[in-house]
Amino acid sequence: MSGLSRDDVAHVATLARIHLNDDELDTMAGQLDQIVEWVGQISEVAAADVPPMSHPLPLTNVTRPDEVRECLSAEEALSGAPASEEDRFAVPRILDED
Amino acid sequence: MTKTELCLLSAAQMANGLVAGDFTSVELTQAHLDRIADLNPALNAYLYVDDAGALATAREVDEARAAGQDLPRLAGVPVAVKDIACTVGMPTTAGSKMLEGWMPPYDATIVAKLKSAKMPILGKTNMDEFAMGSSTEHSAFGPTRNPWDLDRIPGGSGGGSSAAVGAYLAPLAIGSDTGGSIRQPAAVTGTVGTKPTYGGVSRYGVIALASSLDQIGPCARSVTDTALLHEVLGGHDEMDSTSLDAPVPAVVEASSTRDLTGMKIGVVKEISGEGFQPGVLARFEEARAKLVELGAEIVEVSCPHFTSAMAAYYLVLPSEASSNLARYDAMRYGLRVGPDGVESPSAEQVMAASRAAGFGDEVKRRIILGTYALSSGYYDAYYGQAQKVRTLIACDFEAAFEQVDVLISPTTPTTAFKLGEKLDDPLAMYLGDLATIPANLAGVPGMSIPVGVAEDNLPVGLQFLAPATQDQRLYAVGAALEAALTEQWGGPMLDQAAHLCLAQPFDKQEAGA
Repeated sequence: MSGLSRDDVAHVATLARIHLNDDELDTMAGQLDQIVEWVGQISEVAAADVPPMSHPLPLTNVTRPDEVRECLSAEEALSGAPASEEDRFAVPRILDED
Repeated sequence: MTKTELCLLSAAQMANGLVAGDFTSVELTQAHLDRIADLNPALNAYLYVDDAGALATAREVDEARAAGQDLPRLAGVPVAVKDIACTVGMPTTAGSKMLEGWMPPYDATIVAKLKSAKMPILGKTNMDEFAMGSSTEHSAFGPTRNPWDLDRIPGGSGGGSSAAVGAYLAPLAIGSDTGGSIRQPAAVTGTVGTKPTYGGVSRYGVIALASSLDQIGPCARSVTDTALLHEVLGGHDEMDSTSLDAPVPAVVEASSTRDLTGMKIGVVKEISGEGFQPGVLARFEEARAKLVELGAEIVEVSCPHFTSAMAAYYLVLPSEASSNLARYDAMRYGLRVGPDGVESPSAEQVMAASRAAGFGDEVKRRIILGTYALSSGYYDAYYGQAQKVRTLIACDFEAAFEQVDVLISPTTPTTAFKLGEKLDDPLAMYLGDLATIPANLAGVPGMSIPVGVAEDNLPVGLQFLAPATQDQRLYAVGAALEAALTEQWGGPMLDQAAHLCLAQPFDKQEAGA
């Protein structure tokens, strides 16, 4: 496993929707490279036939009867919204301007 | 009783005193609120204090009691809640600018349980942002300070809860433990904390960090008090699909255990020795000898894959966190800011700018690490491999628990470090959690109790681990050891503590009033 470059960090930050400025990229690239190298030691630990464990419990899908229950009112659901209009969340434009 | 004397009682004594009519819940709650007002500016344990709400509950309890109503055991005993649990009427921030001032529209199940137990909620305690950290220094609202030494960390992420309990600003508090965030703060503040079995306490309405690791649990100053809160919190919740559909282990009953005859205890070879502070090891060895005196048989066990637990954890946690924290997208709640100098920015630009402004460095680091670990081409090498190591760790536990009833280790390799000491070296900070992390990966319960102070006069914690759903074993062995140590010390550990200097200005003020 190769190290993590400054460009890699910039790319992953874009994927994660976090804008990083130049200073942050400088600091974080070094720190993340060190951390990635350290966690990379894990590649030598488990044999190929070890089953993966995603969760401590044997998970089964949990369902409930499809019945109408009490839920948040529109007012409650929108109470923390940065912007709302006509009982809906108002968001910035999602399409290009042209 | 003076206000300070009220605050120094155990939660069990408070509950008994309320029943006996020795004092009212309003008096008890007001005593804590006054102490918070006095000491919180120095400690920053609470991010928000709800005087009016806590007193309203207290009044309700006093009136109900006067009217002869049957009340729950802890009715009228105040409690603090880590700012990771949603609370109607109190802001919930998870220690982040992203959620500054956010008022949740519903209560977490555990908060609803505290309310139906009629416990006055004093306020919300400080934490590392989104529970990422081991020191509370990653809180967006300033670090919490350790009551034993204000220049030192109170542990993390639940340092607000541990400091509040340790400084007698609350008898009980809620914590959350993803890699040790209840047990490590307990260890470095001389208090008690339990991470229950995974699924033992509902997480509905608790802000998620890493969903396959997160567990809510109780913090207090004694094993019995911790058990009392554990029973209030535990139990199945249909609103949490990972909640265990099983009875709450009888932890209160177990906390009256004093004799450990017949109990087999394993010392985990891999979590001791090299890298551990001499004073930590010395207290651990003394506690181990005490357990033998109490009748337990002690054997050494090996959990060979525990040495890979840290690396597995720092892949699993960031991966899950990067997914969980995708919800902070500036659309439905939380901070929204536009990028500078962009007219009519797109939703994506607003997201990237808001997440840049709302998240602190550690959160950004872990989201980026997790996004990288999950990205195509790296998934098998990192996340996939970490999941396999998790299986090996769970197998280590299984093999160990075939030989012994509980496992023990020091909770932390060192006592509380200084604020700022590890802030610029994230990897060094991570490595302090090596003893607590295996339990989260396997989903087994763990507890930390104080076992004395090290050469630096700071508290040392001992960790117990038990098989899944056997939480009561932690309380049995924890209570027996605590009772033996208390007898040896001539009183509870916090009583001998340097931290009581904090209480002195308060006493003087009260005497002068």
